Amino acid sequence: MRTSTRLAALALLVALVAVFAFIATRPPGVPSPTTGPTSSPAVSPTSAASPSAVADACARDNLETMTAGKLTIGTDNPAFPPYFLPRAGGNTEPWDPAQGDPTTGEGFESAVAYAIADELGFAKEDVTWVVVPFLNAFQPGEKDFDFDINQVTFTEERTAGADLSDGYYFGNQAVVVRADGPFASAKTITELKAAKLGAQVGTTSLATIEEVIQPTQEASVYQSNDDAIEALGNEQIQGIVVDLPTAFFIVNVQTSGNAIVGQIGPDAGADPEHFSVVLEKDSPLTDCVNQAIAALADAGTLEALAEQWLPDKDVPELQP
Amino acid sequence: MRGSRRRSIAIAAVSSVAFLAAIGFAIVNAPGWPRVRDSFFNLEVFAESWPVMLRSFGVNVQLFLIAEVLILGWALVIAVLRSTPGPVFFPIRVLAMVYVDVFRALPGILVIFILGFGVPALRLPGVPRDPFFWAVVALVLLYSAYVSEVYRAGIESVHPSQTAAARSLGLGQLQALRYVVLPQAVRRVIPPLLNDFIGLQKDTVLVSFLGTVDLFNRAQIRQSATFNYTPYLVAALIFLVLTIPLARLTDWLVARDARQRAVTGGVR
Amino acid sequence: MSAGGEALRIEGLHKSFGALEVLRGIDLTVAAHEVVCLIGSSGSGKSTLLRCINLLEPIDAGRVVVEGEDITAPGVEVDRIRRKIGIVFQAFNLFPHMSVLGNVTLAPRKVLKRSRAEAEDEADALLARFGLADKRHEYPDRLSGGQQQRVAIIRALAMRPSVLLLDEVTSALDPELVAEVLDVVRELAAGGMTMLIATHEMGFARDIAHRVGFLDAGRILEQGPPSEILSAPKEPRTRQFLQRIIQAGRL
Repeated sequence: MRTSTRLAALALLVALVAVFAFIATRPPGVPSPTTGPTSSPAVSPTSAASPSAVADACARDNLETMTAGKLTIGTDNPAFPPYFLPRAGGNTEPWDPAQGDPTTGEGFESAVAYAIADELGFAKEDVTWVVVPFLNAFQPGEKDFDFDINQVTFTEERTAGADLSDGYYFGNQAVVVRADGPFASAKTITELKAAKLGAQVGTTSLATIEEVIQPTQEASVYQSNDDAIEALGNEQIQGIVVDLPTAFFIVNVQTSGNAIVGQIGPDAGADPEHFSVVLEKDSPLTDCVNQAIAALADAGTLEALAEQWLPDKDVPELQP
Repeated sequence: MRGSRRRSIAIAAVSSVAFLAAIGFAIVNAPGWPRVRDSFFNLEVFAESWPVMLRSFGVNVQLFLIAEVLILGWALVIAVLRSTPGPVFFPIRVLAMVYVDVFRALPGILVIFILGFGVPALRLPGVPRDPFFWAVVALVLLYSAYVSEVYRAGIESVHPSQTAAARSLGLGQLQALRYVVLPQAVRRVIPPLLNDFIGLQKDTVLVSFLGTVDLFNRAQIRQSATFNYTPYLVAALIFLVLTIPLARLTDWLVARDARQRAVTGGVR
Repeated sequence: MSAGGEALRIEGLHKSFGALEVLRGIDLTVAAHEVVCLIGSSGSGKSTLLRCINLLEPIDAGRVVVEGEDITAPGVEVDRIRRKIGIVFQAFNLFPHMSVLGNVTLAPRKVLKRSRAEAEDEADALLARFGLADKRHEYPDRLSGGQQQRVAIIRALAMRPSVLLLDEVTSALDPELVAEVLDVVRELAAGGMTMLIATHEMGFARDIAHRVGFLDAGRILEQGPPSEILSAPKEPRTRQFLQRIIQAGRL
């Protein structure tokens, strides 16, 4: 290259680098606009600390839902049992006909959702369901649901982008393996370290593999649990980690030849996990939803629903 | 004379810098910019993501190095089969043509799902299940279809008088192809071959759908851990840093080769 | 193998390209060590005839016999025949990606299975004989047209053919380069090489040819010694043709 061209190219390169550095290091000069619709303060001038005023804030007509008088709930499609059961005679659109239909009210999360709706004062007919891909629910940004219920495990990081409610289900991750495979009789985390494990991307299941099990081979990461299950069936991986109710569904209903080898609880050093309902960040509904969940817990409803819809077979805890 | 050239360069440099600065200023002051900046250009996330992402990129690199070698070979076989004259070879020519048509038509992700999940599901004895293996197979099948057409174009661009001269000396059809036509053909199609090679490098991310943690999968994992899109930018940068120098290197190689041997004759 | 000293015999050769019949019954014999020149206007079929002899073009009717062997019979191994017949083209057709040495030694090594050393020794001898020894490592694009054509001839000679076909080998050359190529051909003729030469160079034809054939509209209209054909042709069309050549200053 001639000197003149080389100089020009160099100047251009320097300019590009300077611009990038400039862009990357400038602190936000313009105040960031608030995310979502301008929300009125959760505490109205008259509410202060009086209990009756707080309760009124959660009265149905005061709730700032997306559509007045209606409650919009989100979950992913397909909606898997035992969290959502199929409708006799065929699922309503758009719910995958092979799995569950949230509008039935049957299935653990469907039942819990309608129970929360009822606490908030919404009748069954006032509830609409929308499809929300799992990962989208708690990404930062505007939401098109009032709350989302989808086996979302509470993590501190996820609260950065959304509001997560108090827990409505407390449970552990579990490991599913081939019933005729080399890990079918594993009793400890140490034994599982040698396994090739897999999980869905972005889940606490994956985090459990990396932080609690710490296998010697890198885990496989799939776009969906279905792909992971496929790989397990093909013996491309030797175990998948999913929450316990999902593990039951996989082993008893969805596939054959698999078995739950154990659940990963405090014995193995795992932190206790719970499912939360997801709301938009700083949503005005969060407090009220938490109150509803508290009421359901106190009344024993959550426990009853878990007993009704989730298998209660004892699954041993994996030892370290 | 030299003064005026220096002045032109100076003007070009100043105007480029001014232009870029203007764009930069406009971007930085646009509404919503701070959120974009935090989401995509977050230095902290960049710093903690790029080492682990570069490591995962090793999977992509292995994949395209292995696949590229196999593609260059397999595509040549197909191109030669397709060009072999004579009525007895008709079924082979047709098969080669069908192969090219089929694999140019199919989307890569479809092929990789069929091969990466579907074939292992058959549980045939002796058939590998490793996702990396099937990713290589899928990429080779797909890209050989394109590359064989590039080879064919190269072969057809070599004047028939070259083949005539070679055959007149007593060289067989395959010998003429191997010693006379192909060396000339391949040199001519290096730019389009590079094009396909770059495409291949990008398509190695298909392996992520089979569970293997490559650059793309790692970017997703990082993104969902941080709720930040900067890891995707890191991935983009890694691809740029890989392909752009490769393109310039190839340009240089082709130019040097052209200087060394200009093509002669071949009118009749 | 030669039957009565015949290197090449063509009988009743017909060749058409689609509807156009280019060769309409060619009969020609070339004895061993004989030099036969073919003259005729463009389109008369000279090139086609040569390409048919060397089986680059399939013929429609007739036969070609080389050293007693019918090479147009079905089932003949084309590659083997082509070793016996050398051809040099108007456009040289050297392999641009190989050096001069590479060009000359390719066929001897790959077809005759000579070792590299053997092939290179022979090539060097030929190159030296024709004054191109210092060009052995050059690539074709660095040679003049005359040098390239000489290399093309040497390349054909390296296969030790029984018959050499030369297709207008000087027509693409600048006038000042023609002489060096003709000198090579002259030397080959003096050495007894059997050659069939298509050419426009009448003076050259008169010098080296034992016989000259005038090809007109796909037939050999007349043939005979150069003194006869070039100075006192019998056929009016031959006379016409030569008239034009003389007017063009090429005789």
